[in-house]
Amino acid sequence: MNATQWDPTRPIISIVDVHKSFGDLEVLKGVSIDVMKGEVICIIGPSGSGKSTLIRCINALNDIQSGSITVEGLEVHDAKLDKLALRRKVGMVFQQYNLFPHKTALENVMMAPIKVLKEPRDEVETRARALIKKVRLEGKEDSYPGELSGGQQQRVAIARSLAMNPDVMLFDEVTAALDPETVKEVLVTIKDLAEEGMTCLLVTHEMGFAREIADHIYFTDRGVIVEHGPPETFFDDAKDPRTREFLSQIL
Amino acid sequence: MLELFTQFFVDLADNHPRWNFIFFYEPRQWARIVKGLQYTLVLSFACVIFSVIIGVVGAWLQGSPSVWVRRCVQGYIQFFRNTPPFVQLLFFYFALGQFTPSVTGPDGWTEIPIISNVGWAIISLSFFAGAFNVEIFRSGIEAVPESTQEAADALGFSRLQTYTEVVLPLAFRVSLPALNNNLVNLVKTTTQAIGIAVPELLYQCVSIWNDYPSALYPTMLLLFVSFIVLVGILVLGMSRWERAMRIPGYGG
Repeated sequence: MNATQWDPTRPIISIVDVHKSFGDLEVLKGVSIDVMKGEVICIIGPSGSGKSTLIRCINALNDIQSGSITVEGLEVHDAKLDKLALRRKVGMVFQQYNLFPHKTALENVMMAPIKVLKEPRDEVETRARALIKKVRLEGKEDSYPGELSGGQQQRVAIARSLAMNPDVMLFDEVTAALDPETVKEVLVTIKDLAEEGMTCLLVTHEMGFAREIADHIYFTDRGVIVEHGPPETFFDDAKDPRTREFLSQIL
Repeated sequence: MLELFTQFFVDLADNHPRWNFIFFYEPRQWARIVKGLQYTLVLSFACVIFSVIIGVVGAWLQGSPSVWVRRCVQGYIQFFRNTPPFVQLLFFYFALGQFTPSVTGPDGWTEIPIISNVGWAIISLSFFAGAFNVEIFRSGIEAVPESTQEAADALGFSRLQTYTEVVLPLAFRVSLPALNNNLVNLVKTTTQAIGIAVPELLYQCVSIWNDYPSALYPTMLLLFVSFIVLVGILVLGMSRWERAMRIPGYGG
């Protein structure tokens, strides 16, 4: 029930037989995934296969009907879940960046630590400036989201999430809305994070990128995990016909 | 200079009996106008502030998870939006005013109600305009993308924090033009306080033209000019504010 029960040799995220429906539409039909600390997991699959829903269930943006999701010992499926505790551990980056348009890049990064964690302003500002530098946006601190390109906004969104010092980062198709030329700068930022040992879960359509950074790849179709494995075997030696068909269409 | 000014209006009243600008040369009548203006300003200022607060709080409660809270807000809006403000004013003062306690005055025998007629005018007009403000802010809130609120949610913001830090600042900007209109209406509606004998500008003007029928046209003229100026200041202030709140690269 509380975070101290979590043992680092056990998975940091444990998803067991999760079912999720929107009305009559069953989107997840018994999905199980374990993620170890420091692992980079990519979830791929056709549109509507439940990838995004799954990742949103991990930080309780969507609730689940049955099964269990545990993040560092916190039971996400529990109705009495302390959502704030969960969201301090889990950062999330969205497809549409979702920055706060009335705040500058720096303020976007500083807001949550100041308002939610009640940390002192000057400490937060030092950290926020360092994060903006880390996502290679030095000089853009005082720009508003509307003045930044999609790729720049997405990097601010990553910095904003990192400012909460999460243990896990969720990336929900974060490059899907970007212009091709800005995709790379965002992927480089994510790669830096992964190399520093951040536990990452990515829903992505960037197969080359998934192959490069993932420790493990999950392929979902119609609400179930069809196949999973390390990138080499997954991409070069897929067993299931559905996986092979999907890969043949996009590779 | 001032003498020339007053002499001009004395002469004007002598030569044109319908154009007796009595308040420009008789200090007692001028004092009435000044007093009326003060009350109108106090009413307008207080009602603008309170009605905006009611709008902000009401719009928040409208997003409440509790269906009963939402129904109460909806009932409030329906009542105050769909009944005449003048009737509301009379109701507040004559009906609800009966039930509020009063204190004994300094002379030892008069009973002074703790909420004066000015107080009731502020309360009733604020609730009236507040009902519209709730709807105005609600439409602004609906213009804030769900995904922006979701981002705040994912960062651990509480519902109230999401509202005050993200939703409201954005909704406010969208709502300003509609809010502008409603506040202009509110300032003009303060003249209805005459119905419960609040000595605001209209009350004073009516008193003057009752006492001096020859001053009827000039006093009406004064009323129109005063409100044009008053509302003009409000609109100017609001549009400055709108410009100051504009976000670079966002919206029009």
